[in-house]
Amino acid sequence: MTDTLLQVDHLRIEIPTRHRTLVAVDDVSLQIDEGEVLGVVGESGAGKSLTGAAIIGLLEPPGRIAAGAVYLRGRRIDNLPYDELRRIRGREIGMVFQDPLTSLNPLYTIGRQLVETIQTHTDLSDSRARQRALELLREVGIPSPEQRLEQYPHQFSGGMRQRVVIALALCVNPKLVIADEPTTALDVSIQAQIISVLKKLCREHGAAIMLITHDMGVIAETANRVAVMYAGRIAEIGSARQVIKNPLHPYTRGLMGSIPKIVPDNPAGTQLTQIEGSMPRLHEIPPGCAFHPRCTERLPRCSLERPELQTLQTQPVGQVVQAAAQVACWRYDASAETSGEAPGGAV
Amino acid sequence: MVATAPLLADDPDVLLQVDQLSKVFDVSAPFLNRLLERQPRRLLRAVDGVSFHIPRGKTFSLVGESGCGKSTVARLVVGLYQASAGQILFDGTALSPALKRSQMNAIRRRQQMIFQDPFASLNPRWRVADIIAEPLRAHRLVRDRTALRTRVAELLEQVRLSPADGEKFPHEFSGGQRQRISIARALASNPEFLVCDEPTSALDVSVQAQILNLMKTLQRELGLTYLFISHDLAVVYHIADLLGVMYLGRLVEWGESRTIFAQPRHPYTRMLLDAIPDLEMSGKQRTPVAGEVPSPIEPPGGCHFHPRCPLANASCRQETPGVIDTESGQVRCHAVQEGRD
Repeated sequence: MTDTLLQVDHLRIEIPTRHRTLVAVDDVSLQIDEGEVLGVVGESGAGKSLTGAAIIGLLEPPGRIAAGAVYLRGRRIDNLPYDELRRIRGREIGMVFQDPLTSLNPLYTIGRQLVETIQTHTDLSDSRARQRALELLREVGIPSPEQRLEQYPHQFSGGMRQRVVIALALCVNPKLVIADEPTTALDVSIQAQIISVLKKLCREHGAAIMLITHDMGVIAETANRVAVMYAGRIAEIGSARQVIKNPLHPYTRGLMGSIPKIVPDNPAGTQLTQIEGSMPRLHEIPPGCAFHPRCTERLPRCSLERPELQTLQTQPVGQVVQAAAQVACWRYDASAETSGEAPGGAV
Repeated sequence: MVATAPLLADDPDVLLQVDQLSKVFDVSAPFLNRLLERQPRRLLRAVDGVSFHIPRGKTFSLVGESGCGKSTVARLVVGLYQASAGQILFDGTALSPALKRSQMNAIRRRQQMIFQDPFASLNPRWRVADIIAEPLRAHRLVRDRTALRTRVAELLEQVRLSPADGEKFPHEFSGGQRQRISIARALASNPEFLVCDEPTSALDVSVQAQILNLMKTLQRELGLTYLFISHDLAVVYHIADLLGVMYLGRLVEWGESRTIFAQPRHPYTRMLLDAIPDLEMSGKQRTPVAGEVPSPIEPPGGCHFHPRCPLANASCRQETPGVIDTESGQVRCHAVQEGRD
């Protein structure tokens, strides 16, 4: 469990445009242990999907990895030639996309797509591959898989399609599954089904998941650890419990406060906590901490120097911080000795 | 069999009353195909006998899974669709094709709509000021250009944008700002009633909070009445006074929002509430719902919900449940009626 499966080091993704080069992801480092679920949250445009795409080598041009490295079990994979990367994709890293309708080919039956994927990565015979496809459909909870194998994607409902996509991603037992907003296009009731399927399969196959989403509810139920992204950088990484219950970064705190919650002692009519303004666009990311113009707790140095992600050793007053919590905020800078000036309480 | 809600048309507190509203879409194959392949007509009952009423200044929320007919109700209420059966009374006047044009226009001015997708609902070739001024021009509400400009600036400020933003085009704004522009446009004709069809579901949570807060403030300041369509129960909990739960075209439960959240009666409502992700991390397992929504073209007989319902018995499979009055509203369920819940 403690072995590092995926390591991303100082990843930087640039998108060259006619006028200037935009930095979409800047200095992102994270790691995923075997069998672990890492949630990546953030608003649209925060760079979470790009990070996922870069890991699996599916960054769309003109976007490119400008610096940093990606290691899978200690082997560097971001600079591999196309053919070798293709072999890793699917066999070692599986991918589940947001929209199940566009990730399946409408012209082929589900069975054909599954068999093709299985045979690309293994040398199973036709009948054995078909057998495996049947098993997979059964595993993801599709009723009467024999008939379903002969059907086309349009004959499946949204939830069923997403199950097929999960089956495709898991067909050769990858070690890591990157799930990019797997439940966003689905109804709440179906969402719960898909999440339980994903969790069950990863437990049984021993695969790790990188779960990219903007839905904190999904994270709370699934993830072991959470990375919060803002404007292309990681604002905070910690255990799911810590990030949700005791968010450290002012942005995470605002984010948690803005989620409507159903709690009996919260009468209707109360205002939601809101973060003023909106996330800066890529061409106008402010200097210093990218969050400082919207931050209610900013210090003078926030607009000048950029805070790096640092591991918290000391525990701020009244907050329980677990050992692995990392946050990029000057408020928590140990070297500056802001003696006992703990930021505002948790939401 | 189906009880009719009493008409409250003369109650001055009720702004909108919907009675036994139905909408049937014809989804048959073309005539020649039907003739040659001997297929019958196929009808989709998108809305099936829905009744509710909204008191002035309150928010009524309709929730349900995709395809349950909640958006169709919204469109029927503002007159974008013609009802197949039933009645809509707006401030005591029945909306029908028989109304004179001038009467209809007067009602249209008083009800406006906010759409889900702020990227598709604003004309990309128009400046924001023109978009917001459109209802003012259409209803001839201002006399001259100066008055128009003042009113547009006022509206922009009302939704917390700056009057200078009127000169820009929609693509220069983020999703949340665009939704503010659609709210400003909806407010232009001084309406009393706003129909909001999933106004925040295309937005990020932090922006959603801004829009929800803005909508609440505007309701307080201007005394607006909302029909708020959503699939997100947490959002509804936050904004609604009254709540209606729809399943395959039928309103299965409605009443005061607080009461329903505290004590859901219909098994479908309970199922929806159980499916909400648990942010408190109490370790409670979310109960995954069995099954999916059946096709609305051939819904299951009896109570539409019976194939997914844990309480279903023989009568649920055969008879359409009637309306039972609850503490603050109504519920349609055999199990509740027979005390099996």
